[in-house]
Amino acid sequence: MKRKWNWPIWVGFVVVVAGLFSYEFFARFPITRDFPWANFLLFGIGIALLLVGLFRAFGRPQVYRGKIFGSIFITIAVLVVALFSYEIFYVLRQVPASVGAPRVGQKAPDFLLLDQNGKPVGLGDLLSKSKGVVVIFYRGFW
Amino acid sequence: MRSFQQRLSEFGTRGIRVVGISVDPPEINQRHSQKLGYTFPLLSDPSAKIIRRYDVLHPAAGPKGADIARPAEFLLDSNGVVRWVNLTENIAVRARPEQVLEALNQLSPAGQ
Repeated sequence: MKRKWNWPIWVGFVVVVAGLFSYEFFARFPITRDFPWANFLLFGIGIALLLVGLFRAFGRPQVYRGKIFGSIFITIAVLVVALFSYEIFYVLRQVPASVGAPRVGQKAPDFLLLDQNGKPVGLGDLLSKSKGVVVIFYRGFW
Repeated sequence: MRSFQQRLSEFGTRGIRVVGISVDPPEINQRHSQKLGYTFPLLSDPSAKIIRRYDVLHPAAGPKGADIARPAEFLLDSNGVVRWVNLTENIAVRARPEQVLEALNQLSPAGQ
């Protein structure tokens, strides 16, 4: 008898891969970037499906396929989640302490830099025409 | 940054300017701000001189080991004195505009 297609293994693996590649999309919104719960939710669903598929493959091997590729897929899925977690919980938190950054009550260092139109913009000019300035530093490389 | 652009008018009505600083050259900043519709100044500090002066350098953290700025936000009053600062411990977690607006409300309640 031809054994049945074990769909949860395939769907589960696709969901885990989608959980990884959707990070770029979810990182656009603070609510899914500050903590990437949407990605972890996809990982959870994907691994649950993979486990269901593996139980079927090993429990009823005469009915369902997937003992070998199911094992390979779940290994890859676990590695993907481990690497993602390493990035999120370790790499992203390696930020310099910036102990010398201006503190509340200190005067901020002046600057004169070119804007996106090539025009020089100084902190003094910005301050003279406003009640205050929000200075935001970016990692850049856009 | 997208979120600051979305709420830029709220800063404007309070007389507060918003500026961004990164190591990217003006051409890249122009392309980027056109693409995403940014209307506030996006300043270019290619040698990271100002970034160093603010001690917000993240050495070798950019592509190919380039020195870049770490994420940081400073709210300055009209004398250039820091009134609020956010130095995140996680690159992915940035100050949201509502946090800065809230800090502004604390410093000068509406109507003053």
